[in-house]
Amino acid sequence: MFHRETGVFKTSYASDMALYPLPIARGTVTALLVLFIVIVPLVFGEYYLSIINLVLISIVGALGLNILVGYTGQISIGHGAFMSVGAYTAANLAVRAGLPFWITLPAGGLMAAIVGAVVGIPSLRIKGLYLAIATLAGQLIIEWIINHVPWISGGTQASIQVPRPSLFGFEMKTQGALYFFLLFFALIAIVAALNLVRSRIGRAFVAIRDQDIAAEIIGIDIFRYKLIAFAISSFYAGVCGVLYTYYFGIANYEQFQLGVSIEYLAMIIIGGLGSVLGSILGAAFVALLPLVIRTVMENVGGFFFAANEMATVVSSMRLVIFGALIIVFLVLEPEGLNRLWRNIRNYFRVWPFSY
Amino acid sequence: MGEDSEFFFSLIVNGISIGMLYALIALGFVLVYKATEALNFAQGEFVMLSGYIAAALLTAKGMPVIGAIIGTIAIMVGFSFALERVVLRPLLGRPIVAVIMATIGLAAILRGLPPLTFGAETRAVPLPIGDDPLVIGPATVPPIQAIGFVVTLIFLGGFTWFFRKSRTGVALRAVAENQQVAAAMGINVERYFALAWAMAGVASAVSGIVWGNMLGVDVQLALVGLKVFPVVILGGLDSIAGAVVGGLTVGVVESLTAGYVDPYVGGGTKDFAPYLLMIVALMFRPYGLFGKRKIERV
Repeated sequence: MFHRETGVFKTSYASDMALYPLPIARGTVTALLVLFIVIVPLVFGEYYLSIINLVLISIVGALGLNILVGYTGQISIGHGAFMSVGAYTAANLAVRAGLPFWITLPAGGLMAAIVGAVVGIPSLRIKGLYLAIATLAGQLIIEWIINHVPWISGGTQASIQVPRPSLFGFEMKTQGALYFFLLFFALIAIVAALNLVRSRIGRAFVAIRDQDIAAEIIGIDIFRYKLIAFAISSFYAGVCGVLYTYYFGIANYEQFQLGVSIEYLAMIIIGGLGSVLGSILGAAFVALLPLVIRTVMENVGGFFFAANEMATVVSSMRLVIFGALIIVFLVLEPEGLNRLWRNIRNYFRVWPFSY
Repeated sequence: MGEDSEFFFSLIVNGISIGMLYALIALGFVLVYKATEALNFAQGEFVMLSGYIAAALLTAKGMPVIGAIIGTIAIMVGFSFALERVVLRPLLGRPIVAVIMATIGLAAILRGLPPLTFGAETRAVPLPIGDDPLVIGPATVPPIQAIGFVVTLIFLGGFTWFFRKSRTGVALRAVAENQQVAAAMGINVERYFALAWAMAGVASAVSGIVWGNMLGVDVQLALVGLKVFPVVILGGLDSIAGAVVGGLTVGVVESLTAGYVDPYVGGGTKDFAPYLLMIVALMFRPYGLFGKRKIERV
């Protein structure tokens, strides 16, 4: 990630596809792990850790969506709903059956994967714009069902309180404990995504994205792989929803409305479509954005707006800046933060001898 | 007529009159898609924006009603022109996801701006029309819906004539058919894109006035945009007549489910019943009822 190699010396496909392109990459990864496992929780207090926790959850969701949109080229505006499927599955299992998180979490993911695959079925026949709207329909229908079936939503206000996750009798109450809980799953999600995209399945996804008819001709079963893409992507979304549920201690459909689907689409566009690093950068960027706006508005906004309007102003500002960023990135830097990062790296690769 | 059939009849009439207004919004959508193949996810926000403009102009001192309406249309046309130039032209030839996301971003901006500039309260769009509803048998139709019905019919007829007969309309159809060939035939493709957006601006301005008068203007008005998708999908994204058929279907289905199903399941079915219908329709006709089938080559 940070290393500077002097040239390309790869002699086989295996080395080109390797997770660690150079021996030094192993060192970089170890250093990053040490940074996140040891240094971050020591340096930051409860408040900042709670923010970093949100970023970690977003990374899981953004990775999932990027597998579908960035790698397979199938758009989904229904990921918020898939998250809610995971969230409510886990919440119901945790509260009614008293199951621990290591059962509810995969269960939530699997349920979301099944629902996601069902929503993805139309992708066999329809694509592009029509698919976008079909997934939008999925979002609205799932939202309605959760809201109107008390058996799923737990009745009043469609929200279910869940206990904190606990492992071997240790209850994760503090943000510090939750940090390790979330970091663990974020890491698994990252490694799984990295491995997925270099496998046969991942390359089939890319082939479908680039030209689905051509992909079919060279022997890729498009329907199967499109459904796999929807299922894997929704599995990530479901896990993301479960993590949100444990983080907030409550499953509530209002956390998973259409706006959330769009927020995650924004993450992968700002981060970079079809890139794992991009998903991570984009998730961090979008998750941190509201905090930056709030801080700035609290300090500077007082000159322009009355104090009692501040809540509306902040949420409206957020929407405006958010939309503007999406458009700016689409128009000026379609490959997102990932590309910016690569540009910086390429600049420093030969620095200071750029000729 | 018995009570049941009267109830049924008034549901149908309501469905038709509201469906025509959906068709009016959908028209703006279809016009853009037809020429530029861009899916405008901000159509609801366009309607909301023109509602705000109309509210501001109509309540301005000394402004005649007709002047305010023309002013709204002019501003929306200017806005659409600018939008096409700044946001959508750079995205020409890019994947469809990019265009969808750009209009979604635009929707977010448009939804965030009004509370900052106009304040959060609901504003009225006062039009000098009476409150007495039109009585059709057992059903009643508010006057604004009747006006909207007529306006939609005029627009439908006008645009159909325009695309069939006028030179500009034929050129637009050529652009929609194949951009490169159209350009080779001496058609200025970019100018016609701008024109398509301008026409969508007109349709949005009028729907903004009608819908704003009906519901009042605030950020919630943008939600009518969500109704447009089943309408255009049912009708086919590139068919003007389809927009009307889709609009009527959605209006009637909504009205019937609200009348017959809602009492049993606790409300809200009318928000997603059209989407269910749409998915079923997509299964059988992936390009909508009137949409053009696309043949793809590798």
